[in-house]
Amino acid sequence: MTVPVLSVRDLKVEFVTRRATLRAIDGVSFDIAKGEVLGVVGESGAGKSVTGLAVIGLIDPPGRISGGEIHLSGMRIDHLPPEEIRRVRGKRIGMIFQDPLTSLNPLYRIGDQIVETIRTHTNLSESAARKRAVDLLAEAGIPAPEKRVDGYPHEFSGGMRQRVVIALAICAEPELIIADEPTTALDVSVQAQIIALIKRLGRDHGTAVMLVTHDMGVIAETCDRVAVMYSGRIAEIGPVQDVVRNPLHPYAKGLMGAIPTLAGEDRRLVQIPGSMPRLSAIPPGCPFNPRCAFAFDRCRVERPEPTRQGAQAVACHLYDHAAKESAA
Amino acid sequence: MLAFTLRRAVQAIGVMIAVGIIAFAMFRFAGDPVSQIVSIDTPAAEREAVRKSLGLDDPVLIQFARYFVNAAQFKFGVSYQFRQPVSTLLAERLPATLELAICATIFAMVFGILMGVYAALRRDTLLAKLCQAVSLIGISLPTFLIGILLIYLFAVTLGWLPSFGRGEMVRIGWWTTGLLTVSGLKALIMPSITLGLFQMTLIMRLVRAEMLEVLRTDYIRFARARGLTTRAIHFGHALKNTLVPVITVAGLQFGSVIAFSIITESVFQWPGMGLMFVQAVQNVDIPIMAAYLLMVSLIFVTINLVVDILYTIVDPRLRATVSRPA
Repeated sequence: MTVPVLSVRDLKVEFVTRRATLRAIDGVSFDIAKGEVLGVVGESGAGKSVTGLAVIGLIDPPGRISGGEIHLSGMRIDHLPPEEIRRVRGKRIGMIFQDPLTSLNPLYRIGDQIVETIRTHTNLSESAARKRAVDLLAEAGIPAPEKRVDGYPHEFSGGMRQRVVIALAICAEPELIIADEPTTALDVSVQAQIIALIKRLGRDHGTAVMLVTHDMGVIAETCDRVAVMYSGRIAEIGPVQDVVRNPLHPYAKGLMGAIPTLAGEDRRLVQIPGSMPRLSAIPPGCPFNPRCAFAFDRCRVERPEPTRQGAQAVACHLYDHAAKESAA
Repeated sequence: MLAFTLRRAVQAIGVMIAVGIIAFAMFRFAGDPVSQIVSIDTPAAEREAVRKSLGLDDPVLIQFARYFVNAAQFKFGVSYQFRQPVSTLLAERLPATLELAICATIFAMVFGILMGVYAALRRDTLLAKLCQAVSLIGISLPTFLIGILLIYLFAVTLGWLPSFGRGEMVRIGWWTTGLLTVSGLKALIMPSITLGLFQMTLIMRLVRAEMLEVLRTDYIRFARARGLTTRAIHFGHALKNTLVPVITVAGLQFGSVIAFSIITESVFQWPGMGLMFVQAVQNVDIPIMAAYLLMVSLIFVTINLVVDILYTIVDPRLRATVSRPA
């Protein structure tokens, strides 16, 4: 088996506040292979974005990575000194943020911002970098790139700006792209184009993509595998077909059940009672237990570890139990 | 862009006309100009003759028009105390005030920006906290007190710097400068610091606050995610965005530096326009007061115009709204 592009093992991220230490990510593990798109879904505050930021080394104090390991193509990157992780950012990992309207510096031409990034990571000359900037804009689907390269961010629409952001993210041919809700701030009509673009770029360049979103439609269309996060943990992870069609974790079931279908079945959408606990009040045992219809005593005491169920892995005592029984 | 500049210029002229009306009104409300010129025992007939010769019996509007036309050519009448044209007096004093104001502003900008950036980037260090503390002193201490303290320390106790005047001067045409001689430069140090200290602390606090604000923005986070060097992020991306509001404040402050120079010039006996104005007030020398008012407003209006234009150069978004007015 080849080395995965990204390998995260038992990642823990904490935020130290005056009152308490809050654990935003608690033991997250996953891999992304070359050319693979991993979707990360979950409610707001489940730790999706923090996971992405931890991978690229942008967790700012008071937050810190308090445990676990992150490997990029076999090289450990979570312990790198600031100057070395800086060289990884942008060059080996490209990042796309949620809001393209505020991601670009308003005072610089977009061409200059791309050239600056290219020249930070490669030793291309000014003119070669500029030529590459035009090519990148063309690849990101910006019409008349040789003209638009001299435009300022405010002269672009939201969708076009996200294309510029994507061009910036891929300008040093990274091995991994982290896209943190890249379509949330965009019109529905533009969302599909941006998702298709990210997918195409990932495929053409063999780039691994970590796509953070809460849009299940995007996940189903785009991703190869999906991780469902809840309270800073991965509840379920597996091939997208399996997780969407046959979710195992009660939370994942609830999520999938809450999606309306076009099939026209006249059913009530499933609703998960309650809301996700605050970081300061995560219950012992399984964090989902107060909202779970199938919770039993063990769920309130012991934290479930991910167990393999076919191609999926699920962190739920229901399956651990079943697995043990079938083994016996 | 040109239309924008022209529109602003027309507005500036409007402001100057309004100030002109106020300056002109000073002559009419601060007593009868004739009785200030002639002596007490001048007969009434002679007074009327003076009045007629000065055109003071003409209708108000005509008098105003005449005053305005003269003022537009920098003719502000004759000073009551010095019996010399006010424009000559102003021309003598203007270089002193401008040199002082420019030095004070450069001092304020350079140190204000340096200290502000430092205080924002290393905000937990002792030096940054010291900068903050010093800025509080600068904001709260009155100008004249700072001037007197500086004189006491560096002129009286240590004897390093002169306590008053401009030192030796060099004449270049009608402009007299103290920038080319050692004693002139030495004489400039304390007044510049006194005048610029308040602006410096203001700029420092503004730069610090703006910089912290900018460092929190998404485009700085994205710049970090692109792996740019810390230097490029701080001084290329953050500082330029920080300077947009700083330009406005610094520009407007240059106007008030000139206005505030009245106090500093009095403390250091600096032979500038401010000192002349104070003496004019004491002697009810209305032509000088009116001319000073006009000069200071002209400087203010010009600075505002320049700041507006500078703004559009720094911030491309404004260029767009300027060329497509709503």
